[in-house]
Amino acid sequence: MTTHLDGNAAAGALSELFTVDITAAIARCAGCAQTGPFADTHLYVDAPGLVARCPGCDAVLLRVVTTPTDTYLDLRGLTYLRVPNE
Amino acid sequence: MGIVSPGFAGRRREGTNLPPGQYLTHDFPVLSAGPTPHIRTEHWEFTVTTETGEVRKWDWAALLALPAEEITKDIHCVTRWSKLETSWKGVSLDTVLADVETGADFALAHSYGGYTTNLPLDDLLDGQAWIAYEYDGEPLDPEHGGPARLLVPHLYFWKSAKWVRGLVLSDTEDLGFWETAGYHEYGDPWREQRYAGD
Repeated sequence: MTTHLDGNAAAGALSELFTVDITAAIARCAGCAQTGPFADTHLYVDAPGLVARCPGCDAVLLRVVTTPTDTYLDLRGLTYLRVPNE
Repeated sequence: MGIVSPGFAGRRREGTNLPPGQYLTHDFPVLSAGPTPHIRTEHWEFTVTTETGEVRKWDWAALLALPAEEITKDIHCVTRWSKLETSWKGVSLDTVLADVETGADFALAHSYGGYTTNLPLDDLLDGQAWIAYEYDGEPLDPEHGGPARLLVPHLYFWKSAKWVRGLVLSDTEDLGFWETAGYHEYGDPWREQRYAGD
């Protein structure tokens, strides 16, 4: 059965890229405008990369692919990530 | 010479069947980048759009009316598992594309659920690719791409798009879902073309 995790499970992978905890950020979907904690996104990890989808419309919000030499980060599905200044 | 044990010969035989960096699995892992679409066959449709904008469509009955083939092929996932001698039933893309007039070099496969993957059109022809709708004698399970998936076993299995709904043919190569995120544009497992630049 294919299931998703919640966005908290992306904390490890995203901590390699960001100095702040992105799972605590507020994410706005570029597709349906649903806005909420990144931790509430639907995370698919049984795949060639990590894929976070909008809990409202299932659109792809974020993709991370780690190769032996680089990490690819695709944020096209996000209008923004809102990160508190402390 | 002559002192190689049967066990050692057996491992060598398995090894020579696998592309570099792959391991053998006997189950059928399910990988998915999103929720599994559940497409009823009465609503299923497959569309080929040529580089001139001409559109051809097949519904489920039209697909089943085409001559089908039994296919037994090894499959190789970029996440490093390989599964040998998998059995499928489906329609060759040679058959599907026989009456499609095109001079395109590339195809972008589209799936229900939004997935895409790009392939040279030549890799979909000459007995190399199918629209598969049975696995091991049973209707293809939605988790494995049913009701129908692309089957292109000579390339890494991400090219064998689950829940396939159409091909867009083009003179230029538009990259698909994983190919725009660091995976190789072609994906030959025997040349270990996993990532862009491999």
